[in-house]
Amino acid sequence: MNTDVPRGRWEIFVETFFRQDLIDEYSGAILKGMVVTIEIAILVVLCGLALGLVLAMIRAYRVRAINVVITVFVDVLRALPPLALILLVYFGLPLVGLNFSSFVVLWLVLTLVLAAFAEEIFWAGILSVHKGQWEAARSTGLGFSETLTYIIIPQAIRMTVAPLTNRTIAITKNTALGTVIGVSEILNQATTAQSFSGSATPLMMGAIAYIVLFIPIVAVGRWIETRFAWRRA
Amino acid sequence: MESQKHILEARGLCKSFGELDVLKGVDFAVKPRELVIIIGPSGSGKSTLLRCLNRLEEPTAGSVIIDGVDLMGPKVDINDMRRRIGMVFQQFNLYPHLSVESNITLALRKVSKKNKAEAEDIAARMLDKVGLSDKRTAHPGELSGGQQQRVAIARAMALEPKMMLFDEPTSALDPELVGSVLQVMHDLRDSGMTMVVVSHEMRFAREAADRIVFMSDGIILEEGTPEEIFEAPKHRRTQEFVAEISR
Repeated sequence: MNTDVPRGRWEIFVETFFRQDLIDEYSGAILKGMVVTIEIAILVVLCGLALGLVLAMIRAYRVRAINVVITVFVDVLRALPPLALILLVYFGLPLVGLNFSSFVVLWLVLTLVLAAFAEEIFWAGILSVHKGQWEAARSTGLGFSETLTYIIIPQAIRMTVAPLTNRTIAITKNTALGTVIGVSEILNQATTAQSFSGSATPLMMGAIAYIVLFIPIVAVGRWIETRFAWRRA
Repeated sequence: MESQKHILEARGLCKSFGELDVLKGVDFAVKPRELVIIIGPSGSGKSTLLRCLNRLEEPTAGSVIIDGVDLMGPKVDINDMRRRIGMVFQQFNLYPHLSVESNITLALRKVSKKNKAEAEDIAARMLDKVGLSDKRTAHPGELSGGQQQRVAIARAMALEPKMMLFDEPTSALDPELVGSVLQVMHDLRDSGMTMVVVSHEMRFAREAADRIVFMSDGIILEEGTPEEIFEAPKHRRTQEFVAEISR
C-alpha cells in the first residue's frame, strides 16, 4: 500500500503536466508560437543592439543637447517596467491615431528597452577603453570618427560582451509579455490552450519551448564570452 | 642668420589644467636631424610639452610651427600634420584587438590611403627594421614590453614622419628589455630622423643626444650639449637633478 501513494501522485503529476492527447493536440500551436517568438526575438536583438550602439557612438561626440536627450531616453526606458510600456503604447497610441499591430508594438517596445540598456553598456565600454588608445590613434592622423570606429568600438564591444549577452537574453525573454496584448507567441498559445483544455500541460509545453529556444542562446552567449576574452596587452 | 632652418619651433607655449600652470611660456626649437632629449623632475611639464607639439594637448597659449606650418592656425589639417609627427608612448598603446601588422597598416590604409598590398609591404619593411618580422601575425598581448614598444615605433615610422616624439619610451620596460628599444632608437637616429625624446636613460642621452633640455616647473631652465648639462650644469636645480639620476 505504501508504494501506491507515490505512484498515484506521480500519475497525477504526469496527468497534469504531460497529458499525451493534449501534447498531440497543441504542439502545432506551440510550434507556431515558437516561430513568432523567434521572429520577434531576432528583430529585437538586431534592432535593439544596433540602436544602442548607434546611440552610444553619438554620445561619444559629447554634444551636450543631444546627450541630454539620449540620457533621458535611456533613463526613462530603464526605469519603466516593460509591461507598463507595452500596455501604454498598445492602448495609448490608437487614441492619437496611430494604429500598430500588437506584433509591432511588442517589437518596438522591446527594441527600445534593449537599446536603452545596450546604450548604457556600450557607453561604459567606450569609457573604459584606455585614453592612450585614443591618443595613439589620433597621433597617427586618424580622425575622431575613424578612431571611434576602428579602435575604440571594437575594444568596447569585446569588453561588454558578457553584460550585453545577459541583458539581451533577459529582454528577449520579455517577448512573453506580448501575450497580454495578444501577440501569438509561445506563452499566448500556451495560455489559450490551457484555458480551452483546463490542463497545465500546454503551459508545460510552453515552458519546454522556452527552454529549447533559450538554452542554445545561453550557450552561444557563453561561447561568445570566451571567444572574445582575448589577451589584454 | 641661422645656419639651419628649424623643423620645429614652439614659442611662448603655455598649458594650464584649471588652476595648474604646467607650461609657463616655453620656447623650444629643433633643427632637422637633431636629437633632443628632455629631462627634468616629475611634474616639470616634459610630457605636456611633447604632447603640445602635436596638439594631443591643446596649448593654452603660444605657437607651434612644424615644417613651416603653424599648427595652431585656423586652416591647419591637424590629422595631416600629426601623420608627419610620429609619436611613441610610455605605455606603447598598441591596439590590442589588432595584429601587429594591422597595428601598422591601419593608419597607412585610412590616413595615407595606401592600398592593402602597399600597406602590408611597408609594414613588413618596418617590422624588419625593428627586428620583429616574425611577429607580423601576433597580437600585442603575446609580445614582451620591449617588442611592443618596437612595434609602436614601427607603427609611427611607417607613416614616414618628418620627426618623432618619444614620451618616456623605456620607463615602462623591465630593465633587460630597455636595450632593444634603445638600439632601435639609435638606428633611427643614424638614419637621420629628427627626434625629441623625454627620457632619463643617461647612457643613451650621452651617446646619442645632440642637445639636452632641462625642464623645471614649466619652463626650460637650461639646455646644452650632453657634456655641458651632465658635466657642468649651471643651475643648482639642474645640478641636483643630474646628480640624482646619475646615481
